[in-house]
Amino acid sequence: MKLTKTLLASTALTVAAGAVAAQDMANDMTLVSWGGAYQNSQQKAYVEPYQEMNPDVSIVWDESSAEAVAKLRAMNEAGNITWDLVDVVAADAIRLCDEGLAMEYDPEELLAEGDDGSSAEDDFGDLIVSDCFIPQIVYSTTVGYRTDMVGDTAPTDICALFDTETYPGKRSLEKRPINNMEWALLCDGVAKEDVYDVLETPEGQDQALAKLDTIKDDVIWWSAGADTPQLLADGEIVMGSTYNGRLFSVIEEQDQPVAMLWDAQVFDLDGWIIPAGLSEERLARVKDFVKFATDTQRLADQAAYISYGPARKSSAPLVGEHAELGIDMAPHMPTDPENSKNTFVYNYEFWADYRDDIDAKFQSWLAQ
Amino acid sequence: MTDSTAGMTPEEARRADEAHTGPMLAADGTPLKKSLARALRRQKLRALGLIAPLLVFVLITFVVPIGDMLLRSIKNDIVADTLPATVETLADWDADASELPGDDVWMAFYVDMWFAAERKEHTRLGSRLNYEQTGVSSLFRKTGRRVDRFDTDVYTDQLVDLDPSWEDPASWAAMLDGPAADALPLTAETWERWKEFNVEEGDAVLEEDVPDFLFTTLYYELNNGAEVDGMSDRLDAAKAAVGEFETVSLQEQFADADEDWLDPEVWKTIQLYSPRVTSGYFANSVDMQLTPEGIEPRPDNQQIYGILFKRTLFMSLVITGSCIMLAYPVAWLLSNLPMRTANLLMILVLLPFWTSLLVRTSAWKVMLQQQGVINDVLVWLGLVADDARLTMINNQFGTIVAMTHILLPFMILPMYSVMSTIPPSYLRAAKSLGATNWTAFWRVYFPQSVPGIGAGSILVFILAIGYYITPEIVGGNTGTFISNRIAYHISSSLNWGLAAALGTILLVVVLVLYWAYDKIVGIDNVKLG
Repeated sequence: MKLTKTLLASTALTVAAGAVAAQDMANDMTLVSWGGAYQNSQQKAYVEPYQEMNPDVSIVWDESSAEAVAKLRAMNEAGNITWDLVDVVAADAIRLCDEGLAMEYDPEELLAEGDDGSSAEDDFGDLIVSDCFIPQIVYSTTVGYRTDMVGDTAPTDICALFDTETYPGKRSLEKRPINNMEWALLCDGVAKEDVYDVLETPEGQDQALAKLDTIKDDVIWWSAGADTPQLLADGEIVMGSTYNGRLFSVIEEQDQPVAMLWDAQVFDLDGWIIPAGLSEERLARVKDFVKFATDTQRLADQAAYISYGPARKSSAPLVGEHAELGIDMAPHMPTDPENSKNTFVYNYEFWADYRDDIDAKFQSWLAQ
Repeated sequence: MTDSTAGMTPEEARRADEAHTGPMLAADGTPLKKSLARALRRQKLRALGLIAPLLVFVLITFVVPIGDMLLRSIKNDIVADTLPATVETLADWDADASELPGDDVWMAFYVDMWFAAERKEHTRLGSRLNYEQTGVSSLFRKTGRRVDRFDTDVYTDQLVDLDPSWEDPASWAAMLDGPAADALPLTAETWERWKEFNVEEGDAVLEEDVPDFLFTTLYYELNNGAEVDGMSDRLDAAKAAVGEFETVSLQEQFADADEDWLDPEVWKTIQLYSPRVTSGYFANSVDMQLTPEGIEPRPDNQQIYGILFKRTLFMSLVITGSCIMLAYPVAWLLSNLPMRTANLLMILVLLPFWTSLLVRTSAWKVMLQQQGVINDVLVWLGLVADDARLTMINNQFGTIVAMTHILLPFMILPMYSVMSTIPPSYLRAAKSLGATNWTAFWRVYFPQSVPGIGAGSILVFILAIGYYITPEIVGGNTGTFISNRIAYHISSSLNWGLAAALGTILLVVVLVLYWAYDKIVGIDNVKLG
């Protein structure tokens, strides 16, 4: 009896504390994201429900994620942070954390427990790749191909990229070393677990570039995620790499003769960071929002609008159907067992170290 | 002339003038020269007052930010600010010898790293130095996580065992307020930094535990023979005992955190980038690199900026040239057609101005790509085989076509405004005097239109050399400009120093070309209307 009373009392206290805190929260929030279908999925899955619960809160979107790192640094130097929550890829989150531009957080305190009772830290697992990074989705960079241009034998292997005899025609690859160097080594006979060891050495880097050199004249280099889908739809290329969500929309929403080659897809993460140096009221609002927006149900809801996998393990069973097309979304997730038979895990630490060096070599090779 | 001369006869006035040897005076008696200077000054001030708002605006929004950005190309405060003691001790280290730095450097570095890690500045320094040496980024990140868990607590324990008062921060404050501060300079300096750090954190230094690194510096200085004899009993006791202390090698502690600390190259890089001003960014931007032996060329497979600068200049010239070829006839037509037709044409010239740059560039993609409009037409006409479609985009050709189209109005408009002031009667006069069409054009009309060409060329060339978005979209690998690399370093790699150096070089190249243009053509010959 006494225990119940204490429990009740402490619950009442917590609720009261919560209510007090709500009054000290800022009511304006600027969220930064990528625009397009992805931002739309965030708007539908968490922002609109959150605003229904908190009608006073007004939320403004800023579609600046692509330049978020540079802009945050400039804001920090000017001493005026105008953003409250920023959506970035994991590599940028690491960079921002290193630069002291993003706030470190404690997962147990900031994030909600999983619906299955697991702690936030276990639920997100290894996906918390930096002390500042709050994961939302798992996406992958993978290859899509034109089903009408590959003849009778559809490619099943990532090395089809380098096989210009069987699959003649142009390919599109991203205009940066990341992913391309790894694929080149994989297709040059390097075992998957050795790829980064090889890529650490100058000889390994030369080996990867030499492999890429064999298809250099057949490659269109893209720098925006929309390029490959457009090139595929126009029939400019026979295959090309891009984010799996973009390919999903070409295949399912636009009904183009395109299929996915999931082989050696490279998993990557996207999530939130909280800029360092927010005022207390703003930080309180952001924390409240993040706790809601990254809970199990919200992350699962997001998958109804875009084919990216939720970052929480506990969200996976809740993934349902596409909100408009009504198709089952699970088979389109990069994390689906059928799709992830052979995956490649992006090594953040490696690229944080080697990015400048390898990029110089890659760009030099590209320009020559 | 003064009032006293009034009423004199001209003869008297002349004589008075001759007698008057002083300076000429104005009507109010002040010397004329002074009075004139004052009037002129007032006029200048008024003029300055009128342009002041613009001047201030330009200064604040243009000169200061650009100057600040350009200064970053040589600024390198971060190493000396983050690792002050290390930089000082490392200055004496001989980088040519392949030996690692001595104990004093490790000691200083331990203290510096502790503060840097607490302030979360070590990762920032790591990413700065990673531009110069691969791997430093994770080296600093890993070490930052370890540095407050080093085994240096053995010194704390042993000193406290000798005398429990060592645990009391107040006793440290008292000790380092006295003569011991001179005998233990490193400990005293570290204590000051520790005090400052506590002020920053809003903590009272006397309520915090004395940190391990202070015990470590004390041990280090006592062990190296600091002259503290007779200052206090516990210092005497400590000095007598340190020789027997169980020790911890800081070098090993760092090597434990990451064995790369045993690589002299890391220390060479830190030493090389210690100064607050560096030429490293400029060296990088001309494909060179700083080494302890001086500036050396980079390996061939990392050279890129030379190629890009040359390509940017070459393509900008080609674009300017093709703009002149295309714009000249259009401008001529515009200025010679009847008003109504000319106006219609003018709208066609201006129309692209009202369309988004991105839309125009993307439209060229649709036109030029292999499955695009032009290739389809050529295949349909049978001029090109279906399996040998022309590659016209994602290369230099595509960039030149798209940029020529986008920059064309900047050439047509100055040309048109100059040509419309050339009286048509000159051409008729030349012809009536027996000139052929060509001679009349080349000897009479063309020289008068040169100022328009000059103005258009400068505009187009300067716009082209800094162009970014079109080469990014349609440039492929052979059509990208230096500005694309600058953008990469600003927004992706965050190497703003290198971006600033590249930008400075680009600015200087433009100024030199402008100067050369002035020498050859003469800037007075440029007319915008």
